[in-house]
Amino acid sequence: MSANPIYLDYAATTPVDPRVVEVMARCLSTDAAFGNPASSHAHGRAAAQIVEQARIQVAMLIGAEPEEVIFTSGATESNNLAIRGVAQFQRGRGRHIVTLKTEHKSVVDPCRQLEKEGWRVTWLKPQSDGLVDLAELEAALVADTVLVAIMHANNETGVVQDVAAIARLTRARGITFLVDATQSVGKLPLDLGALGVDLLSCSAHKLYGPKGIGALYVRRQPRAKLSPQMHGGGHERGLRPGTLATHQVAGFGEACRMAQQEMAGEQSRLAVLRERLWAGLSQLPEIWRNGHHGHSLASILNVSFGGVEGEALLADLDGLSISSGSACTSASAEPSYVLRALGRSDELAQASLRFSLGRWTTAAEIDTAIAQVTATVERLRALSPVWQAPVIPAVRRA
Amino acid sequence: MPIYFDHNATTPLDPRVLEAMLPYLADAAYGNPSSVHRYGRAARQALDTAREQVAALVGAQAMQLTFTSGGTEANNLALKGFAARHSHARMLVSAIEHAAVIEPAQVLATQGIAVEMIPVNGQGRVEPSALDALLRAGNIGLVSVMRANNETGVIQDIPAIAGRVRAAGAVLHCDAVQAAGKLPLDFGASGAHLMTISAHKIYGPRGVGALIVDKTLELEPLQHGGGQEKGLRGGTENLAAIVGFGVAAELARQELASRTEHARGLRDRLEGGLRGLPGTVIFGDGAERLSNTLQFGTPGFESETLLMSLDRKGIAVSSGSACHSGKTEPSHVLMAMDVERDLALSAIRVSLGQQNTPEEVDRFLEVFRGIVQGISAAIPNRATAG
Repeated sequence: MSANPIYLDYAATTPVDPRVVEVMARCLSTDAAFGNPASSHAHGRAAAQIVEQARIQVAMLIGAEPEEVIFTSGATESNNLAIRGVAQFQRGRGRHIVTLKTEHKSVVDPCRQLEKEGWRVTWLKPQSDGLVDLAELEAALVADTVLVAIMHANNETGVVQDVAAIARLTRARGITFLVDATQSVGKLPLDLGALGVDLLSCSAHKLYGPKGIGALYVRRQPRAKLSPQMHGGGHERGLRPGTLATHQVAGFGEACRMAQQEMAGEQSRLAVLRERLWAGLSQLPEIWRNGHHGHSLASILNVSFGGVEGEALLADLDGLSISSGSACTSASAEPSYVLRALGRSDELAQASLRFSLGRWTTAAEIDTAIAQVTATVERLRALSPVWQAPVIPAVRRA
Repeated sequence: MPIYFDHNATTPLDPRVLEAMLPYLADAAYGNPSSVHRYGRAARQALDTAREQVAALVGAQAMQLTFTSGGTEANNLALKGFAARHSHARMLVSAIEHAAVIEPAQVLATQGIAVEMIPVNGQGRVEPSALDALLRAGNIGLVSVMRANNETGVIQDIPAIAGRVRAAGAVLHCDAVQAAGKLPLDFGASGAHLMTISAHKIYGPRGVGALIVDKTLELEPLQHGGGQEKGLRGGTENLAAIVGFGVAAELARQELASRTEHARGLRDRLEGGLRGLPGTVIFGDGAERLSNTLQFGTPGFESETLLMSLDRKGIAVSSGSACHSGKTEPSHVLMAMDVERDLALSAIRVSLGQQNTPEEVDRFLEVFRGIVQGISAAIPNRATAG
């Protein structure tokens, strides 16, 4: 067993890029930057300047105006703020929300909570390739719909929704559209100036920035309408009070700046590695790739393995850091609700692995991963009383 | 080198805290603490250690502690989280609470809970008789009284207040954001059911705080999704900041006596010098106060002018809460203490820290006297401090 497992769980969290660490360490140790950004003295102003500079960097990555970027403690908070904030502010207008069964827990759970409080939620089931059916979505929009929440790229499968098309539907009806872009910011180009999205959430720790800081994009033209969920101090235009962590914000800004520069090249590189991984794994019979291949993030590969038990698979692969389902649901033994929504059986959903590649992934690591997974799957299948190896040569399944 | 006398607004990161945080910022345990693989497990271990360290600072058990993104979130969670699970008609909030308690209370007031202010006396203290009168009317869910005020430094007798609150069948929330690291705190013995603390007031990083919750109490989470912190606060944990909080808390606990003594010496020196300026009023000086805090008024002057002049001379202080910088209303804390409005509008708050020196105090006094005399000289008809 090697000292350090190979890290293929970038979708769960990313290591902080050394250049980001440098920016953050400077903020933490330099006397000038520790001031409370809300203070009016020199220390405060120095900190405020760093914050505003970072705000511009985040805004540029997503094609927004700096005033439209609200800093939060992360995407979970951003999603909670957006969903509860819109529901509260617009409850005179209506109490209906439309979202997908495959959203992240930080969208699903606030929606469930609102259901308990009297809102109606339509949970759309995507097609088996993970894409939302636009006709079905349109049919679900009714007079008292106040919010549509559909993520840009799915954290488990990598499937990318057509947010431009969805935005056309919501904009035509004056319905607020929230996009959880936590997995796509820094990976897919986003131009909120051109896209009719009203609210967008993201988190630094998915793009080589620190944990504990994220943002909510809040459109100004036309103005997105939501109520703040935290109160006390009036920071962030009244939408999100609390003293800002200068070093966190600066780190986030730097991560965004780097992502913008490296995005195109990095996505091509990862696409090649991801296909290498799939090519190697698909030597195995009875395995299936989850989610649409064309409309997908280059960095995520989600595969279901027939004839193995999911927990055993993961337990045996301790030379790799990967996940089955999302990190946030690792503790539960439930099969992935995302994969079940795509039509996978409980058994297959449970025997699925998400490989998510990133900045430091190499071809050698991919090859080692292929070897380890192949060996483990073959070993488990050999031990299984129910597995029957196919008699004909393996048919490579998509 | 500018003089920083605004430690109640925020504190610089202690180099020892930075050292502890850097590995978690950089790579060593970059796992998501919720992941089951080795990186995740290492992260979880660091999280558990920090939880114990912070709990130890306030005399709480680790399992009572929920990490949040800061003091503001923790206060919001305490008040709103409580109200959502318990239906009582009334809530009591002291008149001198921080905005992060008052504003959530105001929001709850719009949702049908009768929120009443507990008055304070001229020294900024909650008087038992005033509290008793409010408690007697019954049907009270939550009472919120801070341990020590961020502007005046005045300290409340929480165990005595807690006794009365419990006798009335109500729950006590105590905002200890300013008190932690400056006073010995014992959540278990205090009688409070909820307590708020924040890292960036004790030489720890911004972006992390905690809410201590008595086991018998159920709160509605404010933030859903992911189930972290036993479901009370969803969202991937800010591990580096939490680790920093843990180390800062441990240092604060170990160095409490020396820090307090150091601050008191400087503060008393500063006060002595100010009493030499005729007319200067020290707010709350009849009450027990945090050893590092001094808020005073200079009749005939305006905070904003004084602050700008001090800033130009390289001295950073504030008038009251940082969160209200730039506002021209007098401090609600001073108004609650019945301080005359014009005097309140002259308020300057000095809050000292572990790196401040006697020389800096002397420099402050010199500069301040110069400013006051300078302004007085420039405006002949002005009512001077004399």
